Amino acid sequence: MRFRDLVRLSLDSAVRARMRSIMLLLAMSIGVAAVIALTSLGEGARRYVADEFQALGTRMIIVIPGRSETGGVSPGMLSGETPRDLTLSDALAVQRLPGVQRVAPLVIGSAPASVGALEREAPVMGSSSELMPVHGFVLARGDFLPPGDLSRDTAVAVIGNNIARELFPGREAIGGNLRIGDRRFRVIGVLADQGRMIGMDSQELIIVPVSAAQALFNTESLFRLLIQAHTRDDMTRVRDATIEVIKLRHQGEEDVTVITQDALLSTFDRIFTALTLTLAGIASISLAVAGVLIMNVMLVSVSQRTSEVGLLKAIGATRRQITALFLTEAILLSVAGAIAGLAVGYGVDWIVGNIYPSLPLNPPVWAVVMALVVAILSGVIFGLMPARRAARLDPVAALAGRR
Amino acid sequence: MIDLQNICRHFQMGDQEVRALDQIDVRIESGEYVSIMGPSGSGKSTLLNVLGLLDRPTAGTYILDGRETTSLDDEELAHTRARKIGFIFQSFHLIPRLTAFENVELPLVLAGVAPEVRRPRVQELLASLSLESRARHRPNELSGGQRQRVAIARAMVMQPAVLLADEPTGNLDHISGAEVLAAIEGLNAKGITLLVVTHDAEVAQRARRHIRMRDGRVVEDAT
Ligand SMILES: Nc1ncnc2c1ncn2[C@@H]1O[C@H](COP(=O)(O)OP(=O)(O)O)[C@@H](O)[C@H]1O
Ligand SMILES: [Mg+2]
Repeated sequence: MRFRDLVRLSLDSAVRARMRSIMLLLAMSIGVAAVIALTSLGEGARRYVADEFQALGTRMIIVIPGRSETGGVSPGMLSGETPRDLTLSDALAVQRLPGVQRVAPLVIGSAPASVGALEREAPVMGSSSELMPVHGFVLARGDFLPPGDLSRDTAVAVIGNNIARELFPGREAIGGNLRIGDRRFRVIGVLADQGRMIGMDSQELIIVPVSAAQALFNTESLFRLLIQAHTRDDMTRVRDATIEVIKLRHQGEEDVTVITQDALLSTFDRIFTALTLTLAGIASISLAVAGVLIMNVMLVSVSQRTSEVGLLKAIGATRRQITALFLTEAILLSVAGAIAGLAVGYGVDWIVGNIYPSLPLNPPVWAVVMALVVAILSGVIFGLMPARRAARLDPVAALAGRR
Repeated sequence: MIDLQNICRHFQMGDQEVRALDQIDVRIESGEYVSIMGPSGSGKSTLLNVLGLLDRPTAGTYILDGRETTSLDDEELAHTRARKIGFIFQSFHLIPRLTAFENVELPLVLAGVAPEVRRPRVQELLASLSLESRARHRPNELSGGQRQRVAIARAMVMQPAVLLADEPTGNLDHISGAEVLAAIEGLNAKGITLLVVTHDAEVAQRARRHIRMRDGRVVEDAT
C-alpha cells in the first residue's frame, strides 16, 4: 500500500466517524493546551522575577544583617530580622575594600508624609548619593541626594512621581517643603516612572539621606548594604572580603548574610523551573488520559468495523496493512489534536498576555516539544493495541460480524 | 487448478465436534462454472471459505494452481488471496463510507498499484457493469443490484483466476439477480473459474457442473 493511500484511507475513516474524532481531538488538544498554557505560566513567572532582579542592577552584592543557616535564601533574610546591627561604619569599612566601586546603605521604613493639610503614609528609604547608580534610579527632574559625608543629616528628599502628584497637586514639588514624621525636608528631585524593586514602586517612594532616616526611625542599624563591584570578576573577591571585614568588626562573629545577585537569581530560577516542571507533569497527566481515551475509542471502532476488517482480509489485506490502517488513524487523530492543542495553548497565552502585559507568556521550547512528542507517542502506543486486535481477527468470523 | 484432497474442517463446540467439511475430494479445472447446493448448514460457505484461503482446513491438502496452500503463512495467504481469488457475498460487504469507485479501487490500493494505473482500470470495469454513472455514489445511494455489481467489479479488479460467490442473488429481486448472474457468467465466458453457492435451483441449473452437499460431504457431483 502506498503511503498517500494509507493516509487518505485513515483520514477518510477518521473524518467519517465525526463524533468519535471530535471527542479524541478535544481530549488530546486539551492535554496539549494544558501543557502549553501551564508551562508558559511557570516560565512567565520565572522570567518576571528574573527581570525584577535584573532591574536591581548588575554587579550587585547585598549584605543582610543576620546569619542564614543554609547560605541560601532564608525567611529571615527576606523579612529583614536584625540579630546584630549593621551600621554606617560597617558601610564605610566596606567602601574601602579593593574591588568595591560603590556602597549604598539602606534604611527602610514607613512614615506619614504631609504638605500642609495633605497627608499620606509613604515608604521611606534612607540611603546615599550612590543609591542612584547602584540601583539604576532615573530622575524625572531635579537632583538626587548630594554626595558627601554619610553621617551628615541633610534635610532633603527625593520623591516618587505619585507622591509629588498627591502632595503637591498642580504645582512644582521641587523646592517645596515636606514633613515626614516630625521632621521637615526640602524636595530636591522627583523620580521618573521607572521600574520597580521587588515590593517597592519607585513612584510611591521617598528617598532621604541615610542619617536622616536613622533619626526619623530612631535606629542606628541598617536594613541592607548594597555594594557594587567594579567588574563582574570582582564579585567573589568582594563578597569574601566583605564577610571578612564585617566579621572582624563584629567581634569575630560572622553575623551577616552576603548574597550576590547571581546567587539570588539562580535560587529563584531553580524554584521556578521546578514549578514549571511540576506544572508540565500535571498537565501531561491529561495527555495520558487522552491516550487511554484514544485506546478505548479505537477499540470500539475496531469492534464496530469488524466486518470491514473481514472484507479487507478477503480482498487480500495483510495483518500489517490492517495494523497500519488503524494505527495511522489513531496517530492522525492525536497529531491533529496536538496541533489544535498548540493553537489553543498559544491562544490562551495571547489572551492572558493581553490582559497582563507585564507577564511575558511564552511556553518553553522543551515543553512544546514534549507536548507534541507525548501526544504523538500516546497515539502510537495506545493506538497499537486496538490496531493489532483488528489485524488478528479471524477473517471468516469477522466477515460474519463476529469477533 | 483447484485440487482438494481429503479436506476436513471441524469446529469444536463445547465437547461436541461439528464436521463442517468431512473428507472432501474435489477437482475443479480452470474456466469451469460450478454450482454448489445443499441444505442450510451443510458446509457450503465453509467450503467456499477454504477455497478462498480465508479459512484453513483442519486436515487434508489443497493445491491451488499447482501450489500446496495449507503450509502457507498468513502473509502468503493474503497475497495469494489478493492475486488469485475474487469474493462476492450475499450481503455485498461494501465499505459504506467509500464511493463505488473507491470500493472497487480498494484491492488495487492495498496492492500498491499507482493511481494513474488504477483509475482507467476501475473506470473500465465500472463501465462494463453499466455502473459508470454511479461511480461517485456511496453504497447507501445504490440499489441492491447495483451494489452487487460494484462488489463484482471489486472482485474482478485484480483479475483473479477464481470467482467465489456465496449466494450472490440471495438478497436481490428476480430482475437484479438475473443481471448479476449475467455479469458473472460473462466473466466465466472470458475464462474465469466460477463457483456459485445458491439455494435457488433455477440459478444452480445455469451452471455446467452441479455439486450437492449434505452434512459436510459431497453427495452429488454431476455435469
Ligand atoms: N465458526 C464456527 N464455529 C462453529 N461451527 C461452525 C462455524 N462455522 C460454521 N459452523 C458450522 O458448520 C456447519 C456448516 O456451516 P456453513 O458452511 O455455514 O453451512 P452453509 O453455508 O451450507 O449453510 C454448520 O453446522 C455450522 O453451524
Ligand atoms: Mg452459508
